[in-house]
Amino acid sequence: MCDTCGCNITPGNAHLVTAEGKHAYTRSGRESVEVLQNLLSENDHQAAHNRSHFDTHGVLAINLMSSPGAGKTALLEATVDALHDQYSIAVIEGDLETENDAERIRAKGIEAVQITTGSACHLDAHMVHNTLHHMSLDGLDILFIENVGNLVCPASFDLGQHLNVTLLSVPEGDDKPAKYPVIFRAADLVMITKTDLLPYLQGFDPQRAEGYLRHLASDAPLCSVSSTTADGLDTWLAWLDIEIEKQRQRVTAGETQRPTIQPEDARLHVSHSHQHVKHSHG
Amino acid sequence: MHELSICHALISQIENVATEYQACGIEKVYLQIGALSGVESQLLRQAYTVASLGTLADGAELVIEELPIRVRCKRCGAETEAAANRLVCGKCGDWHAQLISGDELLLASLELIH
Repeated sequence: MCDTCGCNITPGNAHLVTAEGKHAYTRSGRESVEVLQNLLSENDHQAAHNRSHFDTHGVLAINLMSSPGAGKTALLEATVDALHDQYSIAVIEGDLETENDAERIRAKGIEAVQITTGSACHLDAHMVHNTLHHMSLDGLDILFIENVGNLVCPASFDLGQHLNVTLLSVPEGDDKPAKYPVIFRAADLVMITKTDLLPYLQGFDPQRAEGYLRHLASDAPLCSVSSTTADGLDTWLAWLDIEIEKQRQRVTAGETQRPTIQPEDARLHVSHSHQHVKHSHG
Repeated sequence: MHELSICHALISQIENVATEYQACGIEKVYLQIGALSGVESQLLRQAYTVASLGTLADGAELVIEELPIRVRCKRCGAETEAAANRLVCGKCGDWHAQLISGDELLLASLELIH
């Protein structure tokens, strides 16, 4: 893959990879170098490369995040059932152990590659890159990346996806966005799953869940779905239709998109005001 | 515990800069971390002790500046501090707000030993 599309430095990450330190000396004579580099710049660089690879092949890449057992794989199974005649779909599965999820997807006749992370609690851009060596993206419309079930760590790592979808299952309780703000703030779409359980778990109020989401200053759309009954699935499928069309238009125009959480200069606000970096000139 | 992964990336960055400036060691490492970065400073410190062993950063002091969360209201324009799970305008209470600081995860600067 690297030989064909090359490691692209985009306008979005160029400042990270070309950042040059400034010189100064401390009172004790130590050389002080201002770096102002994102700690995840290496991952972000790889993620930009992955995204470029997806764009070259006209593929829309969607990162699915949630706690373990929120219904990511069940949602993908229902999605494949509904869309396999219309779109070409592939899945990357992330788990600490087992091929179980990939096998469930393969049983639907869809290519699925399992990443077993061992002890790692999240996928990163390098893991996804390595997996892409074992997949063909030719003719593909959508690549779903099912992240490791975890409401904390996956939010910090850009994989090269275009969109983040965060799932909140009814049994987890409606206040998860307030408890795990980083991952819900990262979502381009939030999906309440297992809604067929709402009659039995009356403590879950979808409106309250939305309230917690809005308190994160998120205007991400919120939809509700039961993968078991297919109730609400149409809204999700319609959203996918729109996003696939948007991706086709971006590819035609030579443009790309990062998820909401990773706009250009994210996590680098402070680089515009250096007052926090004090050099002692000696 | 993604702090350990982040620490490995940090050590790699530190070593790159140190090599570029032909340093033989590092005295201090200055980081800036926002409360919404998804990284816990305390865990990062613990991971750093392990991850830096045997590297050029071994023994360097980690100085972490924790940056506050600030939002700018899209309605009234006010810039106020906010809590991680309540990123609403501190003045008018509207949730149409933009994060202007608080998600940083930066290697700010290094003090090198020659």
